[in-house]
Amino acid sequence: MEYILQPWPWYISGPLIAGIMFILIYFGKTFGMSSNLKTLCAIGGASKYSDFFKFDWRAQRWNLTVVLGAVIGGFIAHHFLSSPTDINLSQQTVSDLSVLGFENAGKTLVPNEIYSCDAVLSIRGFLILIIGGFLVGFGTRYAGGCTSGHAITGLSSLQLPSLIAVIGFFIGGLIMIHLIFPILF
Amino acid sequence: MAKYLKFLVVGIFFGIVLVKSEAVSWYRIFEMFKFQSFHMYGIIGTAVGTGILLLLIGKKTKNIEGKTINIPLKEKGVFRYIIGGSIFGLGWALSGACPGPMYILVGTGSFSVLIMIASAILGTFVYGLLKNKLPH
Repeated sequence: MEYILQPWPWYISGPLIAGIMFILIYFGKTFGMSSNLKTLCAIGGASKYSDFFKFDWRAQRWNLTVVLGAVIGGFIAHHFLSSPTDINLSQQTVSDLSVLGFENAGKTLVPNEIYSCDAVLSIRGFLILIIGGFLVGFGTRYAGGCTSGHAITGLSSLQLPSLIAVIGFFIGGLIMIHLIFPILF
Repeated sequence: MAKYLKFLVVGIFFGIVLVKSEAVSWYRIFEMFKFQSFHMYGIIGTAVGTGILLLLIGKKTKNIEGKTINIPLKEKGVFRYIIGGSIFGLGWALSGACPGPMYILVGTGSFSVLIMIASAILGTFVYGLLKNKLPH
């Protein structure tokens, strides 16, 4: 039990994620979490506005079930399988974040400076979540997949488009952290 | 209902693994893009390494329906992947969550992530509207 309660090392977590990808393929499906955003658009009636959403979303209910499970899994892991919940970040990361104005780095899963009620109710905090979410939703469909579809499934099946997409993920991520964060925070 | 149960179980396991691996943490994503820890690279690296082996072995077996294993193929192209990928990367680094973790974080009690999810749905909708006008 002690091993489960501690954070899991990367060499355990990585292979387990590959196992999840493989079992979904074994079930005749795919490991693609961002597809659910498209499905949710279709359920909301988006096909009236674009043919992109004209598909039988009922055939995607299995994937929404994975999402439901993921929410439950998140609840179980955080509330019953984690002690402590602190994240053992590198010292350099903690001090870099402190310079940017992030206190208590690693004491929570997500920083209070962005995700707490107070932060969300401020215009800047609200805009960070809105813009961040929009870029994720827009970019993932433009690129035809996200971390699960490209970085895990696509790279595991040695597909060049996925390698290009992952390089794109890093271009965007590095620009945000190294060039935009110093202005934003 | 029974046919969905296995997907629910896979989802629960996925949620647990991503929380226990700390991949759902905003801080781990920041640290990764700062190249200050091997943790996230270790996760992605071992996931891809194991994934390559599993798919190589899996190709020789049948899936649960008795059909050959079908690995989804991505369309050829460069532009959409580099530009779309970069847009995704900007959002990933800012919000610290990609489309799996954002749902899992709701389960951990970070309800403000719901705002991000709503906005991600909007982003996908806007892509659908503009799809035919965008270069791919």
